Amino acid sequence: MSALLEIRELCAFYGRTQVLFGLDLDVAEGGVTTLLGANGAGKTTTLRAVSGMLRTTGDIRFAGQRIPGRAIEDIVRLGIAHVPEGRGTFVRQTVEENLQIGAMTRSGSAAIAADMERVYGYFPRLKERRHQQAGTLSGGEQQMLAVGRALMLRPKLMLLDEPSFGLAPLVVRELFEIFRMLNRDEKVSMLLVEQNASLALDFADDVYLIETGRLVMTGPAHELRRDEAVRRSYLGY
Amino acid sequence: MKEDLALTQELAARRLPLANVLAGWRPAAIAAGLVLIVLLPFVAKNFFIFQLTMALIYAIAILGLNLLTGFNGQFSLGHSAFYAIGAYTAAILMDQADVPYYWTLPAAGLVCLVSGFLFGLPALRLEGIYLALATFALAVAIPQLLKSTPLEPWTGGVQGVVIIKPDAPFGLPLNSDQWLYFFTVAVAIVLYVCALNLVRSRTGRAIIAIRENPIAASAMGVNVSLYKSLTFGVSALYTGIAGALGAIAVQFVAPDSFTFFLSIALFVGLIVGGVGSIPGTLVGGLFVLFVPNIAEEVSKGLAGAVYGVILILVIYVMPSGAAGLARLLAGQFARLRR
Amino acid sequence: MELLLHQVLAGLATGGIYACLALALVMIYQAIDHLNFAQGEMAMFSTFIAWQLMELGTPYWVAFVVTLVISFVAGVLIDRVLFRPIHDAPILSHIVVFIALFGILNSLAGFIWDFNVKNFPTPFGSRPLFGSGLISSHDAGMIGVTILLLVFLYVFFRHTRIGLAMRAAAANPQSARLAGIRVGWMIALGWGMAAAIGAVAGMLIAPVVFLEPNMMTSVLLYGFAAAVVGGLTSPGGAVIGGFAVGIIENLAGTFIPYVGRELKLTIALFLIVAVLLVKPAGLFGRRVVSRV
Repeated sequence: MSALLEIRELCAFYGRTQVLFGLDLDVAEGGVTTLLGANGAGKTTTLRAVSGMLRTTGDIRFAGQRIPGRAIEDIVRLGIAHVPEGRGTFVRQTVEENLQIGAMTRSGSAAIAADMERVYGYFPRLKERRHQQAGTLSGGEQQMLAVGRALMLRPKLMLLDEPSFGLAPLVVRELFEIFRMLNRDEKVSMLLVEQNASLALDFADDVYLIETGRLVMTGPAHELRRDEAVRRSYLGY
Repeated sequence: MKEDLALTQELAARRLPLANVLAGWRPAAIAAGLVLIVLLPFVAKNFFIFQLTMALIYAIAILGLNLLTGFNGQFSLGHSAFYAIGAYTAAILMDQADVPYYWTLPAAGLVCLVSGFLFGLPALRLEGIYLALATFALAVAIPQLLKSTPLEPWTGGVQGVVIIKPDAPFGLPLNSDQWLYFFTVAVAIVLYVCALNLVRSRTGRAIIAIRENPIAASAMGVNVSLYKSLTFGVSALYTGIAGALGAIAVQFVAPDSFTFFLSIALFVGLIVGGVGSIPGTLVGGLFVLFVPNIAEEVSKGLAGAVYGVILILVIYVMPSGAAGLARLLAGQFARLRR
Repeated sequence: MELLLHQVLAGLATGGIYACLALALVMIYQAIDHLNFAQGEMAMFSTFIAWQLMELGTPYWVAFVVTLVISFVAGVLIDRVLFRPIHDAPILSHIVVFIALFGILNSLAGFIWDFNVKNFPTPFGSRPLFGSGLISSHDAGMIGVTILLLVFLYVFFRHTRIGLAMRAAAANPQSARLAGIRVGWMIALGWGMAAAIGAVAGMLIAPVVFLEPNMMTSVLLYGFAAAVVGGLTSPGGAVIGGFAVGIIENLAGTFIPYVGRELKLTIALFLIVAVLLVKPAGLFGRRVVSRV
């Protein structure tokens, strides 16, 4: 069975600078894959490449369809939702408007309204603040809003860029519970980029380790968690 | 834009890659340039010498604008005001106080330094488009002020003031056009060297830092307000000196010569030359002087349209101005050599 | 007292035009983050097209609608053809293209239709409204149209999906793309709408100032001033700014001695700068809360 997302020989460029050097990566259907690495290793770049945000060579296939060359907006319509680094909140719009924006590519107001209630169900704090300007929300709330916005797309694949960044541990736990539930019950596949290695290794099925744009190790999470080198470099013990 | 400018600054600070690439050619090129500059007035017609002088004067004015907008990030559409103030200072001093022409330049510079600084103070509160509007208001106001009745005894009202171009000193065998050309070149060299030194100094780095990220700059101990106002003053000083030179060259000042169209022309010159590029201002000056004439030659009735089309083509070909194009070519050249 | 009221109402009327233009400016500003300096000239050109249609025998309202459509399409084309290629260029370079567009339109209009003043009809009649001496029908019409336009735009932006999509595209283009919004087309739509609004402004003011290629220059300046004083993020502010500027301009012209036409502009501009010094983001502009 082929994977939902298949990346082969991916090279990515910011202008003339090359940052990824022939990456191979799979995300299984219904699975969670995590990409670990130090700052600047190329994790965010990989997600951006999948979303079509930079110049790439190599192949990326989503459900068999070729991605490179398509516009960002078209890739989104294939069913890929990207929760970016920095959250990408529409600060001047309200919480509710942010969610409506997330649903922009969908039709059927009843379905959209139902989905919005679902998101509010996952994140009651967002419901409390539904008419508040999104820029006034705390970091954690904006992260939830970003995830909520992605969910309004009813995606098949979610690209999560450091969702735990800057969040209090309790909030992070809440958030990952919701990710677990989405993966388990809604069958949403995920490609997760995280600096918090132990969190990621706990949650993911498959792990890819990346260093300065190159893959250095890959394997199932339960194996890598016990690997000596990984423990020393990424888990600190 | 910011990445673009930052790169220009980096390169300026580290010596242009063009310089590295043409390493062997550079001294020869400069020498050739100097020879050309010195010989030109002896082979060209008087009117052409006058035009070149004006192009250089505009380049100096654009350099002033560049210091403020290019290096410090403060958007000004009002530099015609400082040009006018400089011009009128020179004209009034020469006409009413018999001050020799060479003293009018520092006088114009001083007046503009002070007025620029004073304008810069309230402008501290304004950013981007709001600052543009405020400076635009200044540009619109100045011709009105110059025409107004209370100031007429000095400014000559709508009719302006007529002055006379100086003759060459020490009985040198140059006519007044040629003399003014050399005088302007000398002043320009001094001003450009000062600008280069300013930009590369600690002060210059502070000024650029303010453009890039004022909050970070202030957190690093840069007195943002002081530097912004000072930059306004220095920028006005440069444009004011250009104005004074312009008045002497044209031998005439009148309010309608200094409308906001001049501000726009200077702005266009800035972009065409390359924001944040000091050598680029020379290209800008040449563009501002010669291209409108070319447009008129092509079609008298559609001169404005032709000018507009030329502008658009220039931007398409060199979106970051002449300096941007030079950088691009230098990069290509460097890669070919490897 | 009656003179004051009369001048205030007249100011409201011309203010309506400034408000229309300010609205168009704010719309483009919200879409692309800078001001369209050629907005006035586009409006002027549209008005000439309307005039030409009427010269060829088209009735007023048909010419009005056709001109709106042509202006909309032209706005979209100008964006897609002229500005798309320089999409990545620095902001200041964009401004030069605006300046170029200004020159082209002004010169072209003068070439095609010459610089002589022309009459432009008004659909509202020029008799005083309800027979009173306070305000003419046309002036009242101008105010009415402006308010209608504002209501339409408010409803469009706040209560339609496409309005929200446009706002999203303007507020955060990258995030909007990640939500599947075709940002390029939203911007083009903004241009089209702004061009159409500008055309309305042009056709409303032409009966008052008479049609000629330079008719919009001072109107544009006032429109800018109005947009800025209202706060560039607020269409409502733009409209209020427009009315305010119209009133200030009229009152200054009537009641302050020695103030001719040109000095009026200076005074208006300085009053606006004074407002900006007190409220640097405009009267209704919202300072965006941003984390450093």
